[in-house]
Amino acid sequence: MSIISRGFSGRRSADGAKLPPGQHLTSDFPVLSAGPTPSISHDRWEFTIDDGSNVLQRWDWNSFRNLPTETITADLHCVTRWSKLGTPWEGVSLDTLLANVKTDLPFAMFRSYGDYTTNLPLKDVVNKQAWIAFKYDGSDLAPEHGGPARLLVPHLYLWKSAKWVKGVTLMPHDKPGFWEGLGYHMYGDPWREQRYSEE
Amino acid sequence: MSWRTGKIVALRDETSTARTIALVVPDWPGHVAGQHIDIRLTAPDGYSAVRSYSIASPPTSDQRIEITVERLENGEVSPYLTQEVAIGDELELRGPTGGWFVWHVDQTEPIQLIAGGSGIVPLMAMIRSRLASHSNARFRLLYSVREPAAAFYKDELHAISNQGDCVILTYAFTRITPKDWPRAPGRIDAELVSESVWPSHLAPTCYVCGPTSFVEHANELLIAAGINRERIRTERFGSTGERK
Repeated sequence: MSIISRGFSGRRSADGAKLPPGQHLTSDFPVLSAGPTPSISHDRWEFTIDDGSNVLQRWDWNSFRNLPTETITADLHCVTRWSKLGTPWEGVSLDTLLANVKTDLPFAMFRSYGDYTTNLPLKDVVNKQAWIAFKYDGSDLAPEHGGPARLLVPHLYLWKSAKWVKGVTLMPHDKPGFWEGLGYHMYGDPWREQRYSEE
Repeated sequence: MSWRTGKIVALRDETSTARTIALVVPDWPGHVAGQHIDIRLTAPDGYSAVRSYSIASPPTSDQRIEITVERLENGEVSPYLTQEVAIGDELELRGPTGGWFVWHVDQTEPIQLIAGGSGIVPLMAMIRSRLASHSNARFRLLYSVREPAAAFYKDELHAISNQGDCVILTYAFTRITPKDWPRAPGRIDAELVSESVWPSHLAPTCYVCGPTSFVEHANELLIAAGINRERIRTERFGSTGERK
C-alpha cells in the first residue's frame, strides 16, 4: 500500500541488511539530548543501586574503576533513525555491579545527572546485555556522549542507554522514564520498531 | 501510529539549498509547535527510506502543514525532497512526534530562541504559533547563519520583527556579514548573548536548535550568563546534519 515515490531510487548500502527497519547508517556520531550537557567531575561522581528506600550498593569513581572491565563492540540504533555499527566501548558490566544485590524486583529506573531517567526490565540489563561505559574508541567518554559514564544497552534504542548515569532504582512495577513519559515506547526494541508508545 | 498521505500543494525555495514543502494531510490530528513528522520515500522495488523533519508551520485547523528541508550533500532523502518533488505529488508521512522540544500557546513566560542554520525550522513554528494564537508571550530569536544568503524566512522574520517588540530578532553571521554590519563574522559569543538574550532574572525558557557543536556552545554561553540549565531545551541535528 506504500506510495511509490516517482523518481526515487534510494541508496542501498552493503550493510543495509543488518539494520533494523526504518534506520539508516551514519559514520559520524550524532548527539541527542534534551538539555545542556552536565559537567561532572570524577571527584563528585558516584553510582548507586537502590530499591526505592535503601541504598544497596555505592561506588565512587575510584572504587568503580577498580572493578573488572570489559570491552564491548556494539551496534547503536537511535530512535531518530540513524544507526552506527561496530562501535568500540569499555565499561563495567551490570552483572558485575549487581553481583551482590539480591532482589526480586523486576524493573529498573536508571537515573542520570541532569535528572534524566529511563526505565528497563531488569532482565534486559543482566546476562551480558548492559554496561556502565566510560571509554569510547579508546578515549575517556566525551561529556556530550555521556561522560564520565553512561549506560550502554545496545539491543534497545539508544535513548535507553542513559548518558551521565548516576544510579539505578529497582522497582516492583514498570514506570515511564523521561522520554517514555513523552510518547516514546516503554521497551524500545529497534528490530520491532518500537519507537512510540502507540506501537 | 499510522502512515498518512499528504499531497504537495506548494513549494517555495528558502535558500539555494533549502525548500519549503506545503502538504495537505486529510485527517491531520493537529500538532504543537516544535514537533516533527517522519517522511517515507519508497522506490519502485519496495526499498524505502524514512527521515524525520521538523514542522515549520503553526498548528492550524486546515489540515495543512509545512516542512523546510535543507539539502545535504550525500543525503539520501533531502536531495529528492528539495529537487525532485512537484506540486500534486503525494508523500507518505506520520506524526506528529515529539513532546519535549515544544512551545504551547498557553506558555506566558519570556521565550528565548537560539537557532544555528536550519535549526531555525522548529523555532519558526513557535514564532508562527505565537502570532497565530495572538499570544502575548515575549519572544527573542538569536539566529546564527553562515552568511545572509543562508537565512531562511528572511522577509517573514523581517516583517514580524517590525511589528512592535513582540519578537526581537538578532542575526549572527559566522562567515560573511552584510555590508557595514557592526559585528565581525564569527561564532556567537558572550557579548552578543548579553546584548540579545533575555536576562536571567526574567527566567526565560530557552529553545536551542542546531548542529551539536553550535548547541553545546550556545548552552555554555547561556549558563555562563546565569540562565538556569533546567530552563534550556535543546534539539540537535540527527545524522549527517552537521557541516564540519
